[in-house]
Amino acid sequence: MKRGKGKSVMRVTVDVDRCSASGQCVLFAPNVFDQREEDGIVILLNPTPAPEDHAAVRQAAIACPTACIHVEET
Amino acid sequence: MTPDVTRPRRVAVVGAGAAGLAAVQALRLEGFDGALTLVGDEAGPPYDRPPLSKQLLSGEWRPDRLALRTAAEIAALDLDLRLGVTGTRLDPRAGRLTLSDGTSVPYDGLIIATGVRARRMPGTGGLAGVHVLRTLDDALGLRDALVRGSRLVIVGAGFLGAEVAATARRHGVEVCLVEPGAVPMGRAVGRRVGEVLADLHRGHGVRLRTGVAVSRVLSTGGRATGVELQDGSVLAADTVLVAIGSTPDTGWLRDSGLHLLDGVLCDQYCAAAPGVFAAGDVARWSHPSYGRLMRVEHRTNATEQGMAAARNLLAGSGATPFAPTPYIWSDQYDRKIQIFGDPCGDQALIVEGAVAEGRFVAVYRQGDRVSGVLAMNMPGPLRRWRAAITGGPELGENARMLAGRLADATPL
Repeated sequence: MKRGKGKSVMRVTVDVDRCSASGQCVLFAPNVFDQREEDGIVILLNPTPAPEDHAAVRQAAIACPTACIHVEET
Repeated sequence: MTPDVTRPRRVAVVGAGAAGLAAVQALRLEGFDGALTLVGDEAGPPYDRPPLSKQLLSGEWRPDRLALRTAAEIAALDLDLRLGVTGTRLDPRAGRLTLSDGTSVPYDGLIIATGVRARRMPGTGGLAGVHVLRTLDDALGLRDALVRGSRLVIVGAGFLGAEVAATARRHGVEVCLVEPGAVPMGRAVGRRVGEVLADLHRGHGVRLRTGVAVSRVLSTGGRATGVELQDGSVLAADTVLVAIGSTPDTGWLRDSGLHLLDGVLCDQYCAAAPGVFAAGDVARWSHPSYGRLMRVEHRTNATEQGMAAARNLLAGSGATPFAPTPYIWSDQYDRKIQIFGDPCGDQALIVEGAVAEGRFVAVYRQGDRVSGVLAMNMPGPLRRWRAAITGGPELGENARMLAGRLADATPL
């Protein structure tokens, strides 16, 4: 987790094997995350989210109860 | 809440589990760039507990997979990380935290996230073959004991007991699950769904003894040999897991002046005193929507409350009440149980699937309000029903569908 100041490129990865289908990520950042209908596992809609979604993605990464979202900012 | 306080410059977070980690992450995310101390009583970096009873116990995951963050992610938080030590004393008036290594940490903002300790049965201290499961070390010890063909008695069929039963059966351990209530996990899921779980465990070969408590652990030569139930019957065991709940880790706060009431008593902002907040399993706070004090020992709450406490610590008079919709889940065998809100009420209705198929969504109504939703193996449909409790934006488009389903629903 890096602080957002002055950073503009964000790269998101998810560790699908850890996901427990809580859907917390979708509540925080619906533009970036979705869930599979059959088992609720995370779908990463956009690995390089737009700047207006960055704040929500950082929150989602902390809020995920399996810590399966990783965010890199450069 | 105290009126506008100056933004803290030195923050200490005591407890390096999920809640403590979320708190330090959120503090940095909110722009806090002062000194930040994180105190953890275990030797390693923050790790995740829910997999202890499942992936770790089954051997599917090695311990390093439990890490909640990579070393680089932890380093980027720029922490004064104190691992392997505990808080021993807190003086909120002086803003001083004393640690078990003799050092003290001055602070002007504090978050207590020390969690809970597993409750033990009297007279089992030092007895070989008797386990609790709270920490990684506990889980590794239990894993080594669960040899194929050995006999495990689990005392208590809450989340932990039920999950360990499922994991142990998958590995060919003979399991007897003892529960004083009528059904497994009855407090969390109610009688009817508890019966579904009872059938599930029996179907996988678990010997389930409900409606009877364990009176004592039997031993010979310092080693457990079984348990005696209150009806006088004896269950032989090579290993006994005591899973009878936990108690908040607040002993070190005895002289702090903070109000301790089965946890650290907090207001609706998670504040226990000016500049002192609590989060996670240890915090008993006033939930503004439910209008009562709550203490939640579940993973999602740990993270959400850690984030909320961090935000409110920095917010001064702009703090916001912590009013989450509780979310809990459990994985047993091939079943995933997910619960949003409070699964109790005047009426429980099956709105999707069927209990007999082991796939269903049950909606709990209190008056004309949806108070909770419980799903077994139906995470997709659960999402749409979650909105009925949270009242989120999804509700708009779903409202008609949900109303139709409710009208057609059958009682649970």
